[in-house]
Amino acid sequence: MINITVNGRDMSVAADPDTPLLWVLRDEIGLMGTKYGCGVQQCGACRVHIDGELTPACGVAIGDLQGKSIVTIEGLSGKVAEAVVAAWDKHQVVQCGYCQSGQIMAAAALLTKNPKPTDAEIDLDENMGRNVCRCATYHRIRAAIHDAAKTLEG
Amino acid sequence: MRPGAKADLGSQPSASRRDFLKGAGVIGAGLIVGFNIGADGRAVAATGDLVANPFVIIAPDGAVTVLSKHIEFGQGTYTGLATIVAEELDADWSQVKVEAAPADASKYNNFEFGPVQGTGGSTAMANSWEQLRKAGATARALLVAAAAKTWKVPAAEIAVQKGVVTHAKSGKSAKFGELVAVAATLTPPSDAPLKDPKNFTLIGTTIPRVDGRAKLDGSAVFTIDVKRERLLTALLQRPPLFGATVKSFDATAAKAVKGVVDVVQTPHGVAVLANGFWAAKNGRDALTVEWDDSKAEKRGSAEILAEYKELLKKPGVPVSENRGDVDSAFGDALEAFLDDKKATTENKGDADAGLRSAVKVVGGVFEFPFLAHAPMEPLDCVVELSPGKCEIWAGSQIQTLDQINAARVAGLKPEEVVIHTLMAGGSFGRRATPNSDVVAEAVAIAKVIDGRAPIKLVWTREDDIAGGRYRPIFMHEVRAGLDKDGKIVAWKQRIVGQSFIKGTAFEGMLIKNGVDVTSVEGANNLPYDIPNFYVDLHTTNVGVPTLWWRSVGSTHTAYSAETVMDELAEAAGVDPVEFRLKLLGENHKRHAAVLKLVAEKSGWGSPLPEGVARGVALHESFKSYVAQVAEVRIVEGRVKVDRVVCAVDCGVPINPDIIAAQMEGGIGFGLGAVLFDAVTLKDGQVEQSNFHDYIPLRIGDMPKVEVHVMPSAEKPTGVGEPGVPPIGPAVANAVYKLTGKRVRSLPFSLTEFGRV
Repeated sequence: MINITVNGRDMSVAADPDTPLLWVLRDEIGLMGTKYGCGVQQCGACRVHIDGELTPACGVAIGDLQGKSIVTIEGLSGKVAEAVVAAWDKHQVVQCGYCQSGQIMAAAALLTKNPKPTDAEIDLDENMGRNVCRCATYHRIRAAIHDAAKTLEG
Repeated sequence: MRPGAKADLGSQPSASRRDFLKGAGVIGAGLIVGFNIGADGRAVAATGDLVANPFVIIAPDGAVTVLSKHIEFGQGTYTGLATIVAEELDADWSQVKVEAAPADASKYNNFEFGPVQGTGGSTAMANSWEQLRKAGATARALLVAAAAKTWKVPAAEIAVQKGVVTHAKSGKSAKFGELVAVAATLTPPSDAPLKDPKNFTLIGTTIPRVDGRAKLDGSAVFTIDVKRERLLTALLQRPPLFGATVKSFDATAAKAVKGVVDVVQTPHGVAVLANGFWAAKNGRDALTVEWDDSKAEKRGSAEILAEYKELLKKPGVPVSENRGDVDSAFGDALEAFLDDKKATTENKGDADAGLRSAVKVVGGVFEFPFLAHAPMEPLDCVVELSPGKCEIWAGSQIQTLDQINAARVAGLKPEEVVIHTLMAGGSFGRRATPNSDVVAEAVAIAKVIDGRAPIKLVWTREDDIAGGRYRPIFMHEVRAGLDKDGKIVAWKQRIVGQSFIKGTAFEGMLIKNGVDVTSVEGANNLPYDIPNFYVDLHTTNVGVPTLWWRSVGSTHTAYSAETVMDELAEAAGVDPVEFRLKLLGENHKRHAAVLKLVAEKSGWGSPLPEGVARGVALHESFKSYVAQVAEVRIVEGRVKVDRVVCAVDCGVPINPDIIAAQMEGGIGFGLGAVLFDAVTLKDGQVEQSNFHDYIPLRIGDMPKVEVHVMPSAEKPTGVGEPGVPPIGPAVANAVYKLTGKRVRSLPFSLTEFGRV
């Protein structure tokens, strides 16, 4: 059994240790907000926070997560998260919406460590650069991040 | 996909109101209270609800449910359709919600598809406009009649605003919900008036998307998220070559994988069923399958292109819009490309000696690769089979065909197939397959296991990229000539490519006199005044399945047309905007208006920083007019687009912000493809597999986009696709200014630009 905390709840998972976190979240815990897009850490649709670090859930095995705390889109909360979601809503970012859990998780992680990112910083792979949106909502994502940064500035 | 010509069957939006109500079916003479509208047994309407018509249900608590006959997969369809209804109903927008209509073509057919329910060709608003205005107005009239009866006042004195019905003289008022019970006993008035558009309060305003909030907290349910008791996840091993079939397979190792429940053969390959995706994937990885590839397509992209190059030398099937005599107009300047036609047509005419000696010819050969749609939500379908019933959860784009194809596989009648149309994570055409490929695969698997468990078929991203149904490879040769005064005298274009319409239910609608309309659209209908004009088409046979890809024929025809227009302008020594405007003349005012608007808003002609150039393109598709100006740089040999200004005329702008979003998205989708994307084959095998080698546009390559929406009183037209076509040629025309290179083979990443 692997003991983890998901969105503040302690739980034990019986999955094979090599199972990617993505499929534990979706098929065993039943949290469907974290999406499968590529399975090879190329699209960011499954990005979650593990002990606060932005991580693609398809690229980390559950066996390596003993004692870790995981936050998914369903459990994202706090001042930064609120600012991000409000900005996403204000800019009407979403289209099909499938990638947006991962986009929001990435944006919240970015603004937590860097409250006022530049365009170049937003574009970095470790920030928004890995998150694919086939609807190409990028233009609004950028605007929403800057707007959320402004909100957080107070 | 595209709208195409209207089929002969099916009701029309212009039908009289009586016909409309009759067609609606559920109402008959009066109202049905508590009518269980879902053919699927799902109670969209509860007891006590007012089912005003197939599109509007009003609950006693005042909630207005709009049933959407079109799928929502990003284009804002739910919001737009609900806006039309709420406008005529004078509903309180905060009480409006949207549900997917059941699959039932007798009520929910797309007028552009004839008797078929489905979404595509950017038709959702266009074909629903009159239908939903009437639906909203009829429901409103019922509520007014109910108030008049209750209060014993003349209906004409009653006003409705934001979900409240009032009679000023008596000071009486009631919310919608309070009138539902009485309204349900009344016969709908026969002539519910439509609003004067100048009184619109919702249409033309920016209303937040109805599906927006659920997509911010992970609660929106896509097919991949569907939960059912005992559900098994299925992954299908498809043949590595298109057209190959299973010879034999060994499932021993697959069945040994923990969580794998079964391994079965279907007409489409070998399916591994498991508890969850990961076990299904490991099981599939452990499969050994021997394939019979005797009938498979074994050519690579290079062989296909070589064959197409040969075909360019031979005459194709001419389109019906041809006019004049291009051969004579070109004269001797282009013998090789013209001789064949001289030999095969009787329409030689007399060569004009003056024209012949003056002609100046531009153009060349264009190559467009296979493109995958790669929607973010991989293809998927949930099926539950029970005796006499097949229940499907899917991002069904053409419900009627999915019903027919599922029924065929399941051995049922189409009406025994119940479809829950869920929101889908993008499609771009991929979920609209005439043979319902994904649905048919899923039903076949469910049938092989006798429906003993619900199954969720999931395509991996690798399955998607290598799975076919691509935008076909196209090759064009375009030659266009100017006379000595710089006036276009002739345009000749040959198009070579596969038809994805041939042999499908759409053949009768979309193949005219041997020409697949979807192969030539955008080339055969140039808006420019060209006296001698000739386009023909070779339809090829390649064993790679192909499909419509966001904006269909215009994905390639706009590129060749608008880059050759740029060449002509340069050859004539005229500014490209001026050059086009002159040729648009009086008959193409809407084209001209968006072109003028984009020129003005982009600062066309004003100075730019060193190393930046502008390019322009104009294209009509899906009855909408779009012009774009791109500002481009070359950075370390790569094309970088900084800014795009876009002007669009799509008729009445129902929701200008959603229109802008669709233009932005179309620009990003089209730009990613022209910059990076190609699916290539070697010995019949697809060479790309995932987003590392089929490269999507990422945020760093997204330009700033400014969209200007034309005010209009015309009927609304498409917005999902028309943003795509102009971006490629607009960028190409800027790249030429920077580099002197006319890029005619896509993607741009094939061309070395060096440092500029």
